[in-house]
Amino acid sequence: MSAAPLEACELSVTLGRTQVVRDISATIERGEWVALIGPNGAGKTTILRALAGLVSFAGQVLLEGRSVATSSRREIARQIALVPQHPQTPPELTVAEYVLLGRTPHIGYLATETRSDRLAAERAIARLALRPFAERSLGSLSGGELQRAVLARALAQEAPILLLDEPTSALDLGRQQQALELVDSLRSDDELTVVSAMHDLSLAGQYADRLLLLDRGQVVAEGTASEVLSEASIASYYGANVRVIHENGSVFVLPQRESHP
Amino acid sequence: MVEQLEQQTPARRKQCSSCGAEFGCAEGEPGCWCESVVLRRETLAEIRALAEDCLCPACLSGYAERERNASSSEESPGLAVKGGASRWAKAIPHAAIRARGVPFLWGLGAVLFVLSSLVFALAIGPVSIGAGSIAEAALSHLPLLHIHPSLSTVEWAILWQIRAPRVVLAALVGGMLAVAGSAYQGVFRNPLADPYFLGVAAGAGLGATLAIAYRSAGSGAGELLPLAAFAGAIFGVACAYVLGRSVGGVRNTGTLILAGVTVAAFMTAVQTFVQQQHSQTLREVYSWLLGGFGSASWHDVVLVAPYIAVSATILLLHRRVLDVLSLGDEEAASLGLDVRRVRLLIVVAATAGTAAAVAVSGLIGFVGIIVPHTIRLLVSTSNRAVVPLSLLVGAGFLVLADVLARTIMSPAELPIGVVTAFFGAPFFAIILRTSRRIGS
Repeated sequence: MSAAPLEACELSVTLGRTQVVRDISATIERGEWVALIGPNGAGKTTILRALAGLVSFAGQVLLEGRSVATSSRREIARQIALVPQHPQTPPELTVAEYVLLGRTPHIGYLATETRSDRLAAERAIARLALRPFAERSLGSLSGGELQRAVLARALAQEAPILLLDEPTSALDLGRQQQALELVDSLRSDDELTVVSAMHDLSLAGQYADRLLLLDRGQVVAEGTASEVLSEASIASYYGANVRVIHENGSVFVLPQRESHP
Repeated sequence: MVEQLEQQTPARRKQCSSCGAEFGCAEGEPGCWCESVVLRRETLAEIRALAEDCLCPACLSGYAERERNASSSEESPGLAVKGGASRWAKAIPHAAIRARGVPFLWGLGAVLFVLSSLVFALAIGPVSIGAGSIAEAALSHLPLLHIHPSLSTVEWAILWQIRAPRVVLAALVGGMLAVAGSAYQGVFRNPLADPYFLGVAAGAGLGATLAIAYRSAGSGAGELLPLAAFAGAIFGVACAYVLGRSVGGVRNTGTLILAGVTVAAFMTAVQTFVQQQHSQTLREVYSWLLGGFGSASWHDVVLVAPYIAVSATILLLHRRVLDVLSLGDEEAASLGLDVRRVRLLIVVAATAGTAAAVAVSGLIGFVGIIVPHTIRLLVSTSNRAVVPLSLLVGAGFLVLADVLARTIMSPAELPIGVVTAFFGAPFFAIILRTSRRIGS
């Protein structure tokens, strides 16, 4: 039996003097999509950064059974691709150049791209239907196109685990659905494991296999959408007044104004 | 089936470039129906040559069908060409998946610029020597050509012993300062970074001042001065780096820059104090600080060439890494770079080269800023272009600046730092104003 692709054991992160993540343990199975949900400041982004080895942490993060803390940056980058919430996209770079940067963990330190790197980038660009944009500069793209370019860069990394930090926060309703559908099809076609931090609870419930509800750095609920998303829990952790509707096997979380004038 | 395809995709209404029918097009979007129509490259090229925009599903499927009943393809597709412009018809152009390097013409231009400025600088001087004779003299050193130089012995001595070392040294220093500047700007993602800003200038200034002020009477500062300046420059950057790191700031470029400013302020204070105590040395220190190649010899060239060669090579090899760093420390780290180690390596390489340059030329401002930025504005912002072009253009620029420094007020010499700024600043202002890249 092989080890789980990603496993966290009693993971804690302290930033400055504040402990922002407390004793989180979770095992992510191969091909699974796990969504981290929770109010602002619950520690979603920090957990993703810790999983990618970008912040120092206490406890353990295991990548295919190997400790992240003792792996080199390059080894981690071959296993985990991270899409940050606000990626830096130098406006003068072309989409092709930007996607090629995703090949960095496979290119010798001082070397330049080989043919196989270009082919991998070309596959990622084709996969995200970015061919018409390959030679356009990042600065000329719309929000949705830019989001796809960032995903293409992560895909070119050819890492089996994809970490997404609020992948849809900059997109309109339609683009949000498209982007998440895309991630879902990438997951099934390329057998990726996906961990994403998400704001929109309805979308999180519909796309992810499992939700981890976080509050002040701790997991307070875990399970499928219908298990985790209840009016009571959302009221207590988000301080939000919502209606939760179960329909056709999906869970919809709708904000509701408390009193009408 | 085609209609079904069309309905799956949220789409804009468009007119088919071939038959004129209205249809839904989600050009470039994932899952656009046109992605599911598989066509050969040749067919795509043909469509792109004839149509100016997307085709409707029916027309595109027609092409696919025609491809299927392939071999006997005499019948014309019946494509009505609308407008002359040929763009693409299906959202799949031949995408060139590559990173732009140095554009050929710019690279060629930069090489020609360096070569012509070298020859020009050798030819200019109180004794005029023609460019032809210089080329001849250079070629006469090549075996098998049997060219005999027409220069007299005196002309040859002027050329080889006086002008050549000066010109070569200016080229080495100029290339080094510009390439170090481009690397610093990349690694700190700070457009104001120049090769001196982490404490090189203050350290070298302090070293030189100490060497001049405390030399033993009788012996000149000549031998010791470059060494002291070199050591001071390295020491300055080392202090800044250690300080920046101890505050935990090497991940954060801002802290490192602040550490550099702090160290520089302290060292400048010490330097000013020493100068005050030895006011008879003020003039000598001042003229050294302003920089120049007045005393250049082959000895200087041999002294600094190894440092500059190694340093410039390391920086050139990092041009792709610098592009990765342009995504920010966090993303560069998530792409597998050990950002701290990379930054240290680049800073060490740039510092060693800059310190060597400073040791033989003093402090020459502006080259490290103006040259890389001119290239960014005119050519490309990718470090793959900026770093190598900076090396070439910086060399040519400083050679020309040195020509001005020694000819404008001949036989007196202007400090070269004055020339680089006096002519460089207006030139850069023009570039800044005319460049369309700014503000876009």
